Amino acid sequence: MTALLAMVRKDLQLFFSDRRAVIMSFLVPIAIASFFGSIFSGPGNNAEPAKINIAVIDRDGTDISRGIVSGLSGDRNLRVATPSEEAARAQVKNGKTSVAVVIPPGFGEASGRAFFGNASKPELELVYDPSRSVEFAMVRGILTEYVMQAVSREMFGGRQGRQYVDQVLPQIQSSSTMPDDQKRALILLLQSAQQLNGRTSPDNASRAPGITMPYSVKEAAMTSGDRVAYNGYAHSFAGMGIQFLLFAAANLGIEMLLERQRGMWKRLRSAPISRMLLLAGKTLSGTIIALMTLLVSFGFAMIVFKVRIAGSLAGFLAVSIACSLMAATFGLLVAALGRTPASARGVTTLAVLMMVMLGGAWVPTFIFPAWLQQLTLVVPARWAVDGLDAMTWRGIGLAGAIVPTLVQLGFAVAFLAVAMSRFRWEEV
Amino acid sequence: MLTVKNLRKSFGTLVAVADVSFSIECGQLVGLLGPNGAGKTTTVSMLTGLIVPDRGEVMIGGHRLDGDIDPAKRRIGLVPQDLALYDELTARDNLRFFGALYGLSGAALDGAIQKALQLVELSDRERDRVRTFSGGMKRRLNLAAGLLHDPDILLLDEPTVGVDPQSRNAIFDNLETLKHRGKALLYTTHYMEEAERLADRIVVIDHGSVIADDTLAGLTNRVAVAGGGAATLESVFLSLTGRSLRD
Repeated sequence: MTALLAMVRKDLQLFFSDRRAVIMSFLVPIAIASFFGSIFSGPGNNAEPAKINIAVIDRDGTDISRGIVSGLSGDRNLRVATPSEEAARAQVKNGKTSVAVVIPPGFGEASGRAFFGNASKPELELVYDPSRSVEFAMVRGILTEYVMQAVSREMFGGRQGRQYVDQVLPQIQSSSTMPDDQKRALILLLQSAQQLNGRTSPDNASRAPGITMPYSVKEAAMTSGDRVAYNGYAHSFAGMGIQFLLFAAANLGIEMLLERQRGMWKRLRSAPISRMLLLAGKTLSGTIIALMTLLVSFGFAMIVFKVRIAGSLAGFLAVSIACSLMAATFGLLVAALGRTPASARGVTTLAVLMMVMLGGAWVPTFIFPAWLQQLTLVVPARWAVDGLDAMTWRGIGLAGAIVPTLVQLGFAVAFLAVAMSRFRWEEV
Repeated sequence: MLTVKNLRKSFGTLVAVADVSFSIECGQLVGLLGPNGAGKTTTVSMLTGLIVPDRGEVMIGGHRLDGDIDPAKRRIGLVPQDLALYDELTARDNLRFFGALYGLSGAALDGAIQKALQLVELSDRERDRVRTFSGGMKRRLNLAAGLLHDPDILLLDEPTVGVDPQSRNAIFDNLETLKHRGKALLYTTHYMEEAERLADRIVVIDHGSVIADDTLAGLTNRVAVAGGGAATLESVFLSLTGRSLRD
């Protein structure tokens, strides 16, 4: 026990004596997690959503095109500007505007005809920034709503709609090619529209609003409780905490390789202590350092960003300890498989980044393809992130910590077994 | 105190140590000489349990050394050729750590640290970080770390590499003191004058086998020198191992 405690104390002394390692382990994850948290925190309860900059060029100048511009301008998700077409294209090109909507001359008339019949559909030109495909898709959806609303409103009671009905009804009545039953139905429809038009003025604001969304949405974010807003910092601190505790543990493995290079292991191995004790010492010190990294990060998040352990404190500690143990044994794996500190450092950096990326520490795993989402189940960081999410913002109880904890302990046992079997014990 | 019998170790097809046997008594310093690649370091590694011999045995006070946690390992102290010290820790913290590996704690550990630092004359620097030490001071601390647990046998692998004459002389004085305290010392070196000055007996190995094991006088008497003068250890060494360059 004396030797074990001495090994742990020595590793902790060495860790805290290296100012750069301490900064890397404590301050950097806090800084990066704060940044990611501020980006992915979501709008919260009362905050306005981030608006998408779009430009609209109305070259049509009809009631329909004006209706579209008016609808877009009132949407809470958009910030609409109406520059010249040339200026709009330049803004999209230099990234200041996501999408430019060009409404061409004749759009209103053609869209009205296409609304009822088989007339050719007019084109709306959308000029977009290809690096903002998500925003483009959103703008296209919003635009559809306002185009349908403006066209239908105009065609049911607007000036253009009245002219269209008056013009088309005689043509249908005199048509010899249209089947009788179809002709009767269409005449009935247009006569009804004519009657409706006769009861209201085209300038009357109370006339039919056109086709609108036939539902409204009640949004309910599923967090740890009613009226508890999602705190994105909980996820970002989990992800970045895990990333940097893995880096800290990997560094411990690289330190072991450096110790070997410096002949330190000759002294360690010449002492009457077992191989298991040597690895246990390293595992214990690695676990403590990793746990400190995680807890300091979360402590900061709790104080500054009001992150709360809404689930189970015991579960949070269980996931954290299991995660730290997994990371420490990962460090042993680095020491066992690495040939030189330099080569191990390169491979380890890649391995850690892959692990945390696939583990959902940077971006949520749901955006991955289905096959990749399945693959991430064999990534220990995924279980660590899921476990910490469950214990913090999701507010799941102790039961939610059991599987992530056990899986991570399983990874720790596997890493330790491989490390023990591959460790070079002989020192020449 | 230390008896080595027919040690053999190979790495794949390379036979590093073919057959090495010798012994060291209490209060005796034995010099282990050999050209590069002769098998000196491999032999020392087997004596401390760093590598397991393919054949042969190491006896400590009549007890066969066996396994990582054999208590007999407490009777051996290793001073490796590398400066096996933590630069970021103080001299005292280094010794606390190495002493604890041998089960020392509390007052016993503090006492051992004081004695070891006094011997190597570093008591006034015990609170300083090792990275602030000169090469000679590090060498002396390296020695102190090896004898902290008061071993009966001290294995020194080129303990004076890269140090100035003052520090080397201080180390020699330390070794003389230890010898007079009854310790058995095995000293590997490339410096012939060190072996001439310190060694009671000299073991020369080459190609993994002992080719001479005698006192300095016994060895020099083996070689006839032109003109009838006394042979030096270097001339004996070259006579025994040849003049061809090694790795």
